[in-house]
Amino acid sequence: MTRPPILEIRYLSKIFSQPVSLGGRIANLFGGNNRPIQVHAVQDVDITVESGEVVGIVGESGCGKSTVARMLAGISTPSSGGLRWRGKDVDKMTAKERRAFDLGVQMIFQDPFASLNPRMRIIDIIGEAAVKHGRIKRRDQRDYVVSMMEKVGLSGAYIDRFPHQFSGGQRQRIGIARALAVNPELIICDESVAALDVSIQAQVLNLFMDLRDEFDLTYLFISHNLGVVEHISDRVVIMYLGRVVEVAPTDALYGDPNHPYTRLLIDQVPRLEAGKRDYTPIKGELPSPLDPPPGCAFNPRCPYATERCRTERPALREISPGRLSACHLNDLA
Amino acid sequence: MTPGQTTTSAPLLRVQNLKTHFHTRQGAVKAVDGVDLELAPGEILGLVGESGSGKSITGFSILGLIDPPGRIVDGNIEFDGRDLLAMKERELRSLRGNDIAVVFQDPSMTLNPVLRVDTQMIEAVRAHEKVSIEAARQRARDVLVKVGIPSPDERLRCYPFELSGGMRQRIAIAIALLNRPRLIIADEPTTALDVSIQGQIIHEVRSLCRETGTALIWVTHDLAVIAGLADRIAVMYAGRIVETGETDEVIHRPMHPYTRGLIESVPSGSTRGARLHQIEGMTPSLPELGEGCAFRDRCHRATDQCRVTPDVTLLGDTREFRCWHPETGGEQ
Ligand SMILES: Nc1ncnc2c1ncn2[C@@H]1O[C@H](COP(=O)(O)OP(=O)(O)OP(=O)(O)O)[C@@H](O)[C@H]1O
Ligand SMILES: Nc1ncnc2c1ncn2[C@@H]1O[C@H](COP(=O)(O)OP(=O)(O)O)[C@@H](O)[C@H]1O
Ligand code: SF4
Ligand code: SF4
Ligand SMILES: [Mg+2]
Ligand SMILES: [Mg+2]
Repeated sequence: MTRPPILEIRYLSKIFSQPVSLGGRIANLFGGNNRPIQVHAVQDVDITVESGEVVGIVGESGCGKSTVARMLAGISTPSSGGLRWRGKDVDKMTAKERRAFDLGVQMIFQDPFASLNPRMRIIDIIGEAAVKHGRIKRRDQRDYVVSMMEKVGLSGAYIDRFPHQFSGGQRQRIGIARALAVNPELIICDESVAALDVSIQAQVLNLFMDLRDEFDLTYLFISHNLGVVEHISDRVVIMYLGRVVEVAPTDALYGDPNHPYTRLLIDQVPRLEAGKRDYTPIKGELPSPLDPPPGCAFNPRCPYATERCRTERPALREISPGRLSACHLNDLA
Repeated sequence: MTPGQTTTSAPLLRVQNLKTHFHTRQGAVKAVDGVDLELAPGEILGLVGESGSGKSITGFSILGLIDPPGRIVDGNIEFDGRDLLAMKERELRSLRGNDIAVVFQDPSMTLNPVLRVDTQMIEAVRAHEKVSIEAARQRARDVLVKVGIPSPDERLRCYPFELSGGMRQRIAIAIALLNRPRLIIADEPTTALDVSIQGQIIHEVRSLCRETGTALIWVTHDLAVIAGLADRIAVMYAGRIVETGETDEVIHRPMHPYTRGLIESVPSGSTRGARLHQIEGMTPSLPELGEGCAFRDRCHRATDQCRVTPDVTLLGDTREFRCWHPETGGEQ
């Protein structure tokens, strides 16, 4: 029997509604028709993550990556759609199962400083959740935290320090140790190396891979750095304006991108080996999710857009085994 | 660059033995400690190094923006044959924003949050040139088009908070271009931006340098960006330039172990499944730095000789490095 996937994200959507302003409400008293503004930050995102995989999520700022991550980590509630964890509907879990899920998914944030409480010592930052959830006894906390610190390459001698006494790279390691301390199965990295220098970034990326082997971890790796994603991921998901537009194994995606947006994006990646080069800019801007273009959301920027693209939204469908893309051009082939 | 070289185009900028120190309670922080740089008109120099290596302070020193406890304690900075260090603050101010422009990592250092974009841009033009408001607005509009801002007339009427981060940074860059500067110092201008916007900015800035002969110093820790953009690279470590040369040469044949370490730690498709090279240890704390090569605690080639500060070695016409045991070719 095959094991169910570790995580199935099923048609997940998030709508933020911005309340009507005071002026709008007054106007409504006099017969105005101002409704709350609805932002479709994430729409019908459907991703299956197998155990042990590293799945990269890429897209321009504002396309909904962090919103997906926050829903997975339980920090924000989906407007519709759902999650299955090891084949079980998260909504139908017992309290005990739900707690195992909550601990099983941990998130590591972009800004290692903002995400650590400045008034807490490292021993509590890393160890508190593990004690609270009964993973370890209070009297074992110190030893446990030292062992976690050593796992991420920090000296246990720093256990009583505060976050501001560490460098950026060290703070990121503290965030990783805190996530590991509750023995997670899936780690969501949201721009976790974006703020780091290349040399520190290399240390942290290597650490992620070592820990993957040691603890049998699965990663969802969100980044706008396409080089980093290419290095670390087995499979890559490309998002545009709240939707998934392409999914493919990393080699296929970078070597032979299908979706016109993916192609343009990959063209922009700065590469060491390439030498001096010119960039052909993608024309136009990421449109506002407040007012998405009809049809294919990419049509105003797409060099291949046709009349159909301006009216009919292309479905995300399988174009070859293991590859998905949402573009009308695939119908012609 | 090379002594005795007879250049036809005189350098636009020449920095010699620049030392900028900060006096703190822990002792002198030698943020910049003997930097030499030369830049020809139209040339693009990539200044790379880890955070804290002194890149920004080098740029701020050229711009005359060093505040106490920092002080330029030694060296020369010549711009177009004029001695910048001898200039009065008033002259410097007119030079900045006119001949020398700056782009900061954070556009809020340039943009005033309470003024509309057009107000700020028109002001910036008219502070340096007596032109009509209409002419200034036209110039502002042209420059916005150059940096790839769609519907420039609408954007001109916006306040900064009404624009996305990428848009604000492009406007900060547009302001730097307004008075057709001869030198732009850009400090991590695209580090926080999406690749799509980064590509666009690099494209515009490079064609500007080609067309108008503007020289550019692009400060970053991202070697991949520099590889595609700069004519020349200068690698900084602990306040010194440890290697400089033409971009392709430096990327394909690094001489300094630190440069090589930086190049090998860049992740990409060709490193997938493999461990990235990592430079062990951390940037040294500057007040503790003594005599000798500052990289030696982290260097796999270090010997006893490295307790003595390495001299500059010249290689061909354009390469220089500071290392006793360079990576390639230095030991035949
Ligand atoms: N609380 C909120 N209220 C209203 N809109 C929101 C809220 N949070 C996010 N959004 C909107 O949802 C969209 C997706 O945001 P999200 O933070 O997920 O983007 P992202 O892909 O993570 O971007 P970045 O790369 O900049 O981190 C954006 O348009 C954002 O402005
Ligand atoms: N105001 C200051 N007081 C003391 N030290 C400073 C000050 N500003 C910068 N430094 C130090 O100078 C060194 C170089 O800084 P900087 O040029 O900003 O580095 P980079 O831009 O390469 O990251 C760092 O060690 C930094 O801590
Ligand atoms: S559906 Fe049309 S507009 Fe959208 S990506 Fe494909 S060709 Fe371009
Ligand atoms: S001088 Fe010595 S320590 Fe410094 S980089 Fe060269 S080999 Fe390494
Ligand atoms: Mg985000
Ligand atoms: Mg800096």
